Amino acid sequence: MSVADISASEGITSSRWARLRNGGTESWILLGGVSAIIVALFAFLVLPLYALLKKSVEDDKGNFVGLVNFEEYFSSVGLVQSITNSLTIAVLTMVISCTLAFIFAYGLTRTCMPFKRSFRAIATIPILAPSLLPAISLVYLFGNQGIMKGLLFGESIYGPIGIMIAMVFYIFPHVMMIMVTALSTTDARLYEAAESLDTKPSRVFFTVTLPGAIYGIVSAAVVAFTLTITDFGVPKVIGGQYNVLATDIYKQVVGQQNFSMGAVVGLVLLIPAVFSFIIDRHVQKKQVALLSARAVPYHPKPHKTRDAALLIFCIMMTVFLVGILGMAAFASFVTFWPYDMSFTLAHYDFDAVDPNGWSSFFNSLKLAGFTAVIGVVVIFLGAYLVEKGQSFPRLRNVFHMLAILPMAVPGLVLGLAYVFFFSRPENPLSPIYGTLAILVVCTVVHFYTVSHLTMLTALKQIDKEFESVSASLQVPFYKTMLKVHVPITLPAISDVMMYLFVNAMTTVSAVVFLYSPDTKLAAITVLNLDDVGDTAEAAAMAMVIVATSVTVRILHGLLMRTLNARHSEWRTR
Amino acid sequence: MKSSVLKKVTLSVFGAVLAGSVFAATANAKDLIVYTAIEPEELSAFAKDFESKHPGVKVKFVRDSTGIMTAKLLAEGKNTQADIVWGLAATSLLLLKDTGILEPYAPKGVDKLDKKFVDSDNPPSWVGQRAWIASICVNTAEAKAKNLPIPKNWADLTKAVYKGHIVMPNPASSGTGFLDVSSWIQMWGEEKAWKFMDGLHDNIGIYTHSGSKPCKMAGKGEFPIGVSFAYKGAQLRAKGAPVLTVAPSEGVGWDVEAFGLVKGAKNAADAKKFADWSVTKEINVIYNKEYAVVAYPGVAKPVKYFPEGLLGKMIKNDFLWAAKNRKRILAEWKKRYDSKSAPKKK
Repeated sequence: MSVADISASEGITSSRWARLRNGGTESWILLGGVSAIIVALFAFLVLPLYALLKKSVEDDKGNFVGLVNFEEYFSSVGLVQSITNSLTIAVLTMVISCTLAFIFAYGLTRTCMPFKRSFRAIATIPILAPSLLPAISLVYLFGNQGIMKGLLFGESIYGPIGIMIAMVFYIFPHVMMIMVTALSTTDARLYEAAESLDTKPSRVFFTVTLPGAIYGIVSAAVVAFTLTITDFGVPKVIGGQYNVLATDIYKQVVGQQNFSMGAVVGLVLLIPAVFSFIIDRHVQKKQVALLSARAVPYHPKPHKTRDAALLIFCIMMTVFLVGILGMAAFASFVTFWPYDMSFTLAHYDFDAVDPNGWSSFFNSLKLAGFTAVIGVVVIFLGAYLVEKGQSFPRLRNVFHMLAILPMAVPGLVLGLAYVFFFSRPENPLSPIYGTLAILVVCTVVHFYTVSHLTMLTALKQIDKEFESVSASLQVPFYKTMLKVHVPITLPAISDVMMYLFVNAMTTVSAVVFLYSPDTKLAAITVLNLDDVGDTAEAAAMAMVIVATSVTVRILHGLLMRTLNARHSEWRTR
Repeated sequence: MKSSVLKKVTLSVFGAVLAGSVFAATANAKDLIVYTAIEPEELSAFAKDFESKHPGVKVKFVRDSTGIMTAKLLAEGKNTQADIVWGLAATSLLLLKDTGILEPYAPKGVDKLDKKFVDSDNPPSWVGQRAWIASICVNTAEAKAKNLPIPKNWADLTKAVYKGHIVMPNPASSGTGFLDVSSWIQMWGEEKAWKFMDGLHDNIGIYTHSGSKPCKMAGKGEFPIGVSFAYKGAQLRAKGAPVLTVAPSEGVGWDVEAFGLVKGAKNAADAKKFADWSVTKEINVIYNKEYAVVAYPGVAKPVKYFPEGLLGKMIKNDFLWAAKNRKRILAEWKKRYDSKSAPKKK
């Protein structure tokens, strides 16, 4: 679809064209920006998904068969069970992880407890590991040879309990990141007013704190729900007999090479996207900018019981997270669990167990670097256009819908859709097939939504008055953007960059069908190693990924501190 | 001032990114791209041997599990980067042959191979290399600790004493899992085979997604008994795991690792060299290092830690029957066992 088509379908009337002409360069840049991003998302998201949709109404020879596959799927016995299981797991994980992450983020942003910086750093560690890692680790902890098996009182870790614990570990940083952003920017004057009126703390919490963060909380819940329902790594390793939709796709595609049926299950999984979108739009309408131009940054005052309680909570949470990570690290150094517990480095000799061994690690580094840099530019501009653009509301709406779609597309489905779409020689974009470029594009698209929502939450807290003022001063919007929005949202920008980098390091499902001999990735090696049962080597490669991301994060932290000192002086008073 | 610094940084990073992308996009046209599902630790020895005999050709293996590799090839279709598919299950190559992406080719010396290892068409679309054989891996240390007798045949596995102690690959996601189910049906007929699986299902701890994992799990004592294949059990035993590989007395299923050339391959000449090399007597000796049954008659020597009398127990396997009935068997299997998704209690 071309830009012209979109503009036409938007039905821009002649008066709007007149306004466009009169609005000058600025409007054209905005229109061009929104259109360009929409076209890109069409080419790299909608059209591949259409190729997938087409596959779902074809038989294995490529003939059109109508809804036969759907009929077959909806009449199969296990379907209702898989849907119920998926929903149960997703809802429970969402409630648990959001509750834990909110309390944790509250401790980080609204108390005077010590070690806040360390807690935050530790809580983001799970994001540095592939989702296979917590599952592998739980087997070592609570499996039949697990060191803490007794804690489960005879329940099996292979099933819903295991999936949920691993999922909470895996999505905790994703959810916490959004919660912290939502809680960290608030207007202190509201609290000063409440204090001078002698309002009870519980009342302040329910009338000031919670409403102020509600947009973030809903975003976090949406993210938690869809991440859980679409992840296949965790249930694959530890799900046992507990079937979920994501593993159903895997079984159809990988086990039976039944693409049409895989496409059908994939389309069923897209339904949560529609719900996410409706909920997200509904709440967003009610959101009011908290950080007005006159806002005063909030600084918590010491409060002994509150600070102590949250400190204890954060310590417990940290023990949980570090425990799971530590177990995997420990297991990667054990010669032969559980019979030969001596120390060894042999599991790190990847070239001995995999033809691509260490080279896959360097490919991952490249992918992660490109994804972070290209991704953050596109995502910032996209979020900016949605949130701060004044014109073309319908076009911006289309874009926002496209931007939150990727989250509900399971990586496996996105990857397959890419194969169907880009491997066809008649596609003008087919030269990128088999290169690092397609992996970068796929990864940016796959992780677009959370980054977009993070960016949006941050931008939303900047009062629109900034634009009105600069417009009245005849300052072009891009200058305001670079001088006001970029510096203010620098923390969120840096978070998004890190988020993209580490997800590119750990992603498996989206790229498993897309890598070529020259672009095999470290996380794929983890999957392969675990698949053949080389669990210790898989844990070792996962630890290499974690260590890399930790290192990059420390370097990045040092850089950010310098930048922050220059750009955020206004935050302190 | 500040924004100009930011701009400079952004621009220079962008430049680097673009340069990098272009650089990364070029692959060496001379490389021979081999798609394979052979266990990764064996691959470098194969590459070294071929490259020493054909200097100037660089072998690049793309390795994945049988399921993913097959799905990848089917999805990529004629646009695949592979020059040759090598060391993939014959059942998968049958599927690929059906879709028309294989180039029939008779490697030099293929007539010396055992007929049942080679596609019956002339020239053949696929040529077998060696067979992998189903077996039961038993962790002797755990069996002793849990007072489990060592199972001698398939029927033993349905005994109540093994409840929750057995792990097997899910036939819906693993080729080895399907091989087991199909062999039971071929041996005993539908009725008896399903009755056996009903009993077995009651004892299964979990179903895995890959065929080698049950044996590795048995090796670690996670589940003391794994339905897997003989090669894995013998390999783990050689590494020092307390694993005994049992060949059930009723008979065992098996499949062939095979290769086939890709139609329109970029490097067809080297792919043919690779195919010719793959049927030589010397390479069959290397195949035999880990696998007890190879395509070249008279080469195979007994492999250490393989169960005794394994070869005599290989069933008469009808690949075509298995391929044709696969969908129906899996549907029945899923109806019986897959919807019972509550986790098992001990």
